[in-house]
Amino acid sequence: MKRTTFYNIHKQLGAKIVEFAGYEMPIQYNSIINEHMAVRTNVGIFDVSHMGEFVIQGKDALSLVQKVTTNDASKLKEGKVQYSAMCYPDGGIIDDLLVYRMKDHFMVVVNASNLKKDFDWIKSNVNNLDARVINKSDDIALLAIQGPKSLMTLQKLTSVNLSAVSYYSFVVAKLADIDMIISRTGYTGELGFELYFEAVPSIGERIWNAVEEAGREFDIQPIGLAARDTLRLEMGFCLYGNDIDQTTNPLEAGLGWITKFEKGDFIGHEALSKIKGEGIKRKLVGFTINEERAFPRHGYEIRLDGKSIGHVTSGTVSPVLDIGIGMGYVEVSAAQPGNSISILIRNKETKAKVVSMPFIKK
Amino acid sequence: MTFPENLKYTKEHEWIKIEGNTGLVGITEFAQGELGDVVFVELPQVGKQVKQGDSFGTIEAVKAVSDLYAPVSGEVLESNNELEKVPELVNKEPYGKGWLIKLKLTKKVELDNLLDAKAYQNLIGK
Repeated sequence: MKRTTFYNIHKQLGAKIVEFAGYEMPIQYNSIINEHMAVRTNVGIFDVSHMGEFVIQGKDALSLVQKVTTNDASKLKEGKVQYSAMCYPDGGIIDDLLVYRMKDHFMVVVNASNLKKDFDWIKSNVNNLDARVINKSDDIALLAIQGPKSLMTLQKLTSVNLSAVSYYSFVVAKLADIDMIISRTGYTGELGFELYFEAVPSIGERIWNAVEEAGREFDIQPIGLAARDTLRLEMGFCLYGNDIDQTTNPLEAGLGWITKFEKGDFIGHEALSKIKGEGIKRKLVGFTINEERAFPRHGYEIRLDGKSIGHVTSGTVSPVLDIGIGMGYVEVSAAQPGNSISILIRNKETKAKVVSMPFIKK
Repeated sequence: MTFPENLKYTKEHEWIKIEGNTGLVGITEFAQGELGDVVFVELPQVGKQVKQGDSFGTIEAVKAVSDLYAPVSGEVLESNNELEKVPELVNKEPYGKGWLIKLKLTKKVELDNLLDAKAYQNLIGK
């Protein structure tokens, strides 16, 4: 099993460690709810070094990125980031990812659990293109600093004006005297940054400690993967393996906005065009549970008038709203916000309401 | 982490405190830590008969739902209603106000199948 640069820090902090995508990762440090609320109100620091990073370089790097992803990477200027997806020819999702336009190459950031599959897929599509794909995942550490006080925390450690780094942009600069990519991205819906740097324990510890000290006045907290999940779910962000996978397509997953048919051909274009033309049959929706202390979970049945219309893909208690929230695919006729549905919780039909996401208004 | 000597433990992380013919049941400090923030506890109705090792309810944390197992057979005399409003008592006072049910023991001999504090600590490696 692999360990990230920050493994010793997690152990010292008393984190509960679990296996995730082949890594020993911190799932929680003290309390998921406290960690969640720390990010919503102040600032939190997450080790997400398990994520995969590939460099795509060569004269035809853009052509390769365009071929394997659904969003239009030709629109990306240097210093910009794009959320995108990779699909199979039938439109099923291989992974969702971030695409970074660097000076002379692209960097793509993929889910740890899909790393090998993604790498093999991209490589197998190079064919005659003048492009190389290099897996840098083991060489790059990744920390996310998220929360309303994240900017004030990190600003103490760098001369770059972080307020000028807009959402889904990045700079290559020094922070805590270490060269890194400072990216204004995240998976929480809060103001936040993701820092990519060399995966060396001495460097990692230096950055972690510097951020921890800079954030102390804001009561910065380490955040585990469990709170990362509740934070993303409150925002209605998809999680690969739960809400999207190879049996779902971007159009039904609400990811039509990153599916750019007009950019030209890409893998999945034909199938997705057909699906769009015929109209999707089911749709990923968000719902809230009407009853107190009843929480939806992955796999629970969704019902309408006593009949099964789908399953919950993600569900939890929302720490902010203190009610059950979830997502799942339902027939399009039932997908309208405001519609009443039921979730089978502990073998009892529990009333729920389809809502537009995010669940919390930012 | 504490594991009171006067309690008996199950391998599934429940404890039982014997008082004459009744037993108070809860989950251990280790178990509440593993579960994390408890957000819901579903307990049986008073009068229900439970069998040793059978599920008598569920406990739900932010991350997951787990079954609760009866340490011994018996009749439910009381369920901790306080947990309906304040489920986090299970986290805060697992051996105190976070208790789950009170049983009237029907097969006291079953207590021999349970672990003492030391054996339980060995089991969880603490």
